[in-house]
Amino acid sequence: MATTLADDLKPLHHPKTWIGKYVWSQDHKVIAIQYSLTAIGVGLVALVLSILMRLQLGFPGAFPAIQPENYLQYVSMHGMIMVVYLLTALLLGGFGNYLIPLMVGARDMVFPYVNMLSYWVYLLSVMVLLAGFFVPGGPTGAGWTLYPPQAISAGTPGHQWGIVTMLSSLIIFIIAFTMGGLNYVTTVLQARSRGMTLMRMPLSVWGIFTASIMGLLAFPALFVAAIMMLLDHLAGSSFFMPAMMSMGQGTDNVGGSPILFQHLFWFFGHPEVYIVALPAFGIVSDLISVHARKNIFGYRMMVWAIVIIGGLSFLVWAHHMYVSGMNPYFGFFFATSTLVIAIPTAIKVYNWLLTLWRGDIHLRVPMLFAIGFIFTFIHGGLTGLFLGNVSVDVPLSDTLFVVGHFHMVMGVSPILVIFGAIYHWYPKITGRMWNETLGKFHFWITFLGVYAIYLPMHYLGILGVPRRYYALGETAFIPDSVHDANQAITIAAIVVFFAQGLFFFNMIWSYFRGAKADPNPWGAASLEWQTPDTPPKHGNWGPKLPTVYRWAYDYSVPGSARDFIPQNEPPS
Amino acid sequence: MNLFDRLREKSWQTPGVEGYSDPASYRPESAVVGMYVYIAVATALITLIMAAYLVRMGLPGTMEHGSGDDWLPMPEPPLLWINTAILVASSLAWEIARRAARRHVKGRALYMSIAGAVLGLAFMSGQLLLWRQFQAEGYYLAANPAAAFFYLLTAVHGLHLAGGVIASTRAFSQLGIEGEHARAFRNIRLCAVYWHFLLLVWVLLAGLLVST
Repeated sequence: MATTLADDLKPLHHPKTWIGKYVWSQDHKVIAIQYSLTAIGVGLVALVLSILMRLQLGFPGAFPAIQPENYLQYVSMHGMIMVVYLLTALLLGGFGNYLIPLMVGARDMVFPYVNMLSYWVYLLSVMVLLAGFFVPGGPTGAGWTLYPPQAISAGTPGHQWGIVTMLSSLIIFIIAFTMGGLNYVTTVLQARSRGMTLMRMPLSVWGIFTASIMGLLAFPALFVAAIMMLLDHLAGSSFFMPAMMSMGQGTDNVGGSPILFQHLFWFFGHPEVYIVALPAFGIVSDLISVHARKNIFGYRMMVWAIVIIGGLSFLVWAHHMYVSGMNPYFGFFFATSTLVIAIPTAIKVYNWLLTLWRGDIHLRVPMLFAIGFIFTFIHGGLTGLFLGNVSVDVPLSDTLFVVGHFHMVMGVSPILVIFGAIYHWYPKITGRMWNETLGKFHFWITFLGVYAIYLPMHYLGILGVPRRYYALGETAFIPDSVHDANQAITIAAIVVFFAQGLFFFNMIWSYFRGAKADPNPWGAASLEWQTPDTPPKHGNWGPKLPTVYRWAYDYSVPGSARDFIPQNEPPS
Repeated sequence: MNLFDRLREKSWQTPGVEGYSDPASYRPESAVVGMYVYIAVATALITLIMAAYLVRMGLPGTMEHGSGDDWLPMPEPPLLWINTAILVASSLAWEIARRAARRHVKGRALYMSIAGAVLGLAFMSGQLLLWRQFQAEGYYLAANPAAAFFYLLTAVHGLHLAGGVIASTRAFSQLGIEGEHARAFRNIRLCAVYWHFLLLVWVLLAGLLVST
């Protein structure tokens, strides 16, 4: 029985075998790495799919292997993998698992066995998802939003089996997430060590904690929607399927409401944006504070902003549905609530900038990624203000403007934070340092590259270039320059794609050959850097749990000998 | 300190641990907190299905795009009420077990919780009978949306109850082990709370099914 609470008395059960340590492990750090590697692995599949899409868009017809139905399948699988199986799993399953117990001073998650199950069920969901590539008809091509009736109607790629594997995989994923989320929330509430009050927790923990609560309340909507669509598809019910003609014949369905699916989907889908964004907000706050050697500006405001954004994000879902034909008064309500979110979000952005202001900024690789995030997030956020307004959204809907917007705000921005976070915590996780030069090359190519990819998309969107189109063909309103821009975007995407090799090479090479890392190379004050061993051993803290005397941001305190005071250092 | 005061703490001004006792001394057990968090998740799940039910029914003015023309209300056979009575009895048994567990009365806690679990199984069997009865009368899943929602809601509820029965067997087995009694009593109390939650959900569901 593992020690799960703040008592030091019960013995920790240390696994004896290699399999117990690294495969069926109940150690949160091993589970975190299992989660992360699986998520990154499946994310690479989605990255390859995006390059295939770009090849088709940049050089239409040059690759005969990419047929229209393949293109739609790439779009759908890319979107779902990136949002759910990469970002959600990596930020909560990966970073949540690694950081929560270490940052709050616990030995492990409170339910280690459930935590282990969570990973294995997640792995199963990934396998079912990828099985979609091998079923007859291939994976679903319904778009990541999977809207009925087209998702399960003849004519859509993968409407027979691909959609079944997709929906089944989502159901399994949500079961896995619920087991993980219960652990993250309960651990933050229950297992904080002595002195770790709520307002002494690092913002990373606040972000992950709030996002976990949101996930627990939002994923059930997708769960329900997935089950109902499966029943429509396999059992002939009519939850979402209206009476319609398909391939010249009437279907058996009557009266279902496709819009009902959209409501359920986006009741999950919009909080999902913040389930991804809030952990990134929290982590980037910590990176900025540590590498600027300054306490985070407006800590309490930052915490409240996270909580308020989390709450508001449940009231905005229908801004994804302005063109669904809903009542205009709903549009008015949802536009208002959407724009209100800009207030706590702007507070966060200002506070990051004010933390940097007159800080002792060390432009190390994690900090570069953190600052890069501020740029991409502001850009993505501003275009969100456009799309949040009904009258501006209607003409821009389903154009590349939307693609540019959401990739900047919830694709690129969290990914930059994830890179920064991996560089930041890698020395603690592996005990080795990575190569600084390679890291900087990786940052600059990625950062400039994503601008080369997504800025032109806004311009194309304003011209009216539609998204999800296999080929534009001869269309009067699309000038030739669009094709040039598409080629340039594709070339930039290929460069960024290959630049990620620098990251993977750096991480793998450094794991074996990197210089031995100092236990606290950045001089960080939060608890995870104060472990007796690097990398931390099973149980994290040796014989005695740490006592916390202060918040996580005592940097450059006047009169202090060092420019940081660890959280577990008593006041003099 | 209440939650509001905790969230107002200016932690940068107040270093030290004076006044902070060992967390293990005052926090509820993790299992208790974990279960309440799960009840919140299950509540979200059930609420969303019920919301979908109302939208699909096409309540006038809800979303103005529900199409309830094909909605055929389900009949209310006596079995529905018999099952409800069984679930109430099951919950009552768990309540007696919970009170016995609180006072650490081993015998009564064990018998009454087993009775509660068995009555839970009886309820599930009754629900299956109800399904067969409805199917025999032509209310199968694809027949109309009211039937489809009925099967979906009862299945979700039944699966939660099945999970409760499985979890309760753990409490019974712990009662047989010396040194595990405190844990067993706690688990019996948690099971009782979970059962009451599922009874409440069932009453709401049955009310929804009957009133529409």
